[in-house]
Amino acid sequence: MNDKRYDVVVIGAGPAGYPAAIRAAQLGLSAACIDDWQNADGSRTFGGTCLNVGCIPSKALLESSELYHRVHTEFAAHGIKVDGVALDLNAMLERKRGIVKQLTSGIEQLFKGAGVTPIKGRGKLLAGNRVEVTLPGGEKQVLEAKHVVLATGSTPIELKVAPFDGKRIVDSSGALEFTEVPRRLGVIGAGVIGLELGSVWRRLGAEVVSLEALDAFLPAVDQQIANEALRQFKRQGLDIRLGAKVQGASVRGDVVEVRYEAAGAVQTLEVDKLIVCVGRRPVTDGLLGEGTGVELDQRGFIKVDQQCRTAAKNVWAVGDVVRGPMLAHKGTEEGVMVAELAAGHYAEVNYGAVPSVIYTAPEIAWVGKTEAEVKASGRPYKVGTFPFSVNGRAKALQQAYGLAKVIADREHDEILGVHIAGPFAGELIAEAVLAIEFQASAEDLQRTMHAHPTLSEALHEAALAADKHAIHALNR
Amino acid sequence: MSIEVKVPQLPESVADATLVAWHKKAGDAVRRDENLVDLETDKVVLEVPAPADGVLKEITVGEGGIVSSGQVLALLEPGAQAAAAAEPAKAEAGAKAEAAPKAEAAPSAAPDRAAAEARPRSGDGQQKMGPAVRKLVEEHDIDPSAIEGSGREGRITKGDVLQYIERQRGGLEDDTETAPAAPLAREAPAAAGRGEHRVPMSRLRARIAERLVDAQRTAAMLTTFNEVDMSAVIELRSRYQEQFTARHGVKLGFMSFFAKACIEALREFPLLNASIDGSEIVYHEYFDIGIAVSTDRGLIVPVLRNAERMSFADVERSIRDFGERARSGSIGMEELTGGTFTITNGGIFGSLLSTPIINPPQSGILGMHKIEERPVAIGGRVEVRPMMYVALTYDHRIVDGREAVQFLVRVKEQVEDPARLVLAV
Repeated sequence: MNDKRYDVVVIGAGPAGYPAAIRAAQLGLSAACIDDWQNADGSRTFGGTCLNVGCIPSKALLESSELYHRVHTEFAAHGIKVDGVALDLNAMLERKRGIVKQLTSGIEQLFKGAGVTPIKGRGKLLAGNRVEVTLPGGEKQVLEAKHVVLATGSTPIELKVAPFDGKRIVDSSGALEFTEVPRRLGVIGAGVIGLELGSVWRRLGAEVVSLEALDAFLPAVDQQIANEALRQFKRQGLDIRLGAKVQGASVRGDVVEVRYEAAGAVQTLEVDKLIVCVGRRPVTDGLLGEGTGVELDQRGFIKVDQQCRTAAKNVWAVGDVVRGPMLAHKGTEEGVMVAELAAGHYAEVNYGAVPSVIYTAPEIAWVGKTEAEVKASGRPYKVGTFPFSVNGRAKALQQAYGLAKVIADREHDEILGVHIAGPFAGELIAEAVLAIEFQASAEDLQRTMHAHPTLSEALHEAALAADKHAIHALNR
Repeated sequence: MSIEVKVPQLPESVADATLVAWHKKAGDAVRRDENLVDLETDKVVLEVPAPADGVLKEITVGEGGIVSSGQVLALLEPGAQAAAAAEPAKAEAGAKAEAAPKAEAAPSAAPDRAAAEARPRSGDGQQKMGPAVRKLVEEHDIDPSAIEGSGREGRITKGDVLQYIERQRGGLEDDTETAPAAPLAREAPAAAGRGEHRVPMSRLRARIAERLVDAQRTAAMLTTFNEVDMSAVIELRSRYQEQFTARHGVKLGFMSFFAKACIEALREFPLLNASIDGSEIVYHEYFDIGIAVSTDRGLIVPVLRNAERMSFADVERSIRDFGERARSGSIGMEELTGGTFTITNGGIFGSLLSTPIINPPQSGILGMHKIEERPVAIGGRVEVRPMMYVALTYDHRIVDGREAVQFLVRVKEQVEDPARLVLAV
């Protein structure tokens, strides 16, 4: 592997990088994918944040914890009497680890099958589209590439006032590895990650307090949906304090003392563990050598155009390291796009049809514009909503809460946004993404048959409600 | 007595066709010439019109079926009937003046499709429409092909349809391709003595229009004129008509004289029998003369293949046969394609002089006109002769003025002195 030449060299094997490499290989290009991810136990795996300490492990724990929770709160209603339910946290974490392992080794298989050369090491872009790789042993090698794809992802933002110590004050990765359920858990940041992690431990028995600096809850989410979700979270015992700006956190023996300012007054909070999840920042340290021509924007993201081209010729950047929502699937589609562009085909990403999902209970999912955004645009619109409380399937699932919401253009009926808080919202949103891709109208959704009894009927009825003729609701 | 609706004669080298879409179902009332079904070959899409008014009794081949020439597709029960919804105004139908293989062709007359098309076919496979769009076009009787789609891959969105309807209502767009629902002709509110009504162009008419404009745009067309003293031919005809008819079973007309004269002249001026293909001139070593024939459905131009081998009788017989079969709608498509030169006769309608348009990719067309007795100067004296103006429109890209003029002179010489035709001088 000395001074080898490739058509495409991808730096980063997360959900943006590895699909880029695989797609490039599928299109007949020679591809290498470099990644230096190292787990806490020293093992080196592909899959980046998503597979190792992000999407996958969190979803595994969310599912396990949800089941544990429902045994206690819901089984009786089903007529299932359960005695002596106990939690084996270690087994739960083992299951999570097992899933992660399967998926990360899966990527190795995919690379092999596609003919991508996998390289475990640290990649650095040099001028002239050369990539210097530092292998774990320390030796360096230089690869020549026609195209380089930068997919180095993001990392949790650390708060200076509450620095990580890896034991009591942790980031999201650490929050997936507690060896016991904290009695009291503090979460700084009530965004997507904070809510999900808070939910996991709440269900497993922790007392959870979330401190959110902003006054608004989930401001990027359609507020009607966000409010509905907040109602549910509160009912679940999540203590979410908005407008709470953390001033400092320090470890005192076994506890963490958190000082925050809310409503003009300074408050203190004592917790056993503190998770800091106030966002993520793009990773570019040590990535760009001298004279590469690649530029960063003021927030540290790699500057790219609509097709992910950097300022340097044939250097692309995708995923969390560039602008846009930090979502694995957005990174994946960008990775695939640049592979196709590098191979000479035409490709683009429809940034207007990117779905978002929060895997709490209720699940929250959306695509397109929020009502506030549509209103701000001045475009006349109509809205239809439908509650899951009267949806047959939801009732049978004993999860009859939440609502579906469809926003459409008033004149031409084009669907502008779909927002769902409810059971399996993350799955239901797929239909809406397709509708938006095809510029479908609310009427198209209305006239498309939806199976009964399914949760998707709520989406159907919400579309009908936009024109005030939902069948299963009083249209006002 | 049921009539069989059959697959028309398929173009040469085409073994079979695929039945793409039925536009009528069993039990539907059909009008003569209404398009019943689309067949697709490698070269063209063929429409099969109803041979008569009646009711489509039974469909024997379904969509997707493979059919061959002459195969029975359906049975039609003839008979007059109540008009189907919104019958069109007088059919603009005409068989194509010339069917080039790459164009969509109808084997013979293609009916006016304005109203037939007004009922959209969502199973068409040509337009992908979501349910909202399907409902709208159905409700408003819109031909979806008239709407420009702004959606993915050109799909029509609901908004596109709504805007289209708005525009139609506002009358902002003179969209004569489709008429909204009901009566074909939209009556504009008539101020005293200033009424007007709009008739949408049939698809065939629109296509013809397109090709004619195309011809004008592509070729550098000029027309040169001359006049022919028809007295010799007239005299020949009156002298030998009876014998000719008795011997050959067909009357001797004027066309055969002109056809033969043209062939001789084309031998001398081969560029008029050639065509342009890219940057090459294709000289045809045969003479496929298209003869414009008028039928009640319009003008068609069947082709006399290797006309240089045909006798006067052959020519007259073929022309008569074309005429008959054109009227009955049984001319095969390959009889209308090709052609290296065309002769048209506007004289039968009374035209004295005209400038015909070339049938691409040909390079010349001869126009015959009305024979009219006129005083002409002959040998210093005024005599009344039956004169015909002839016009030759030629493609100046490859035919020079001198050639065109001389060609016409040769035609004139031979027709004025038919002995030249016999002796080839």
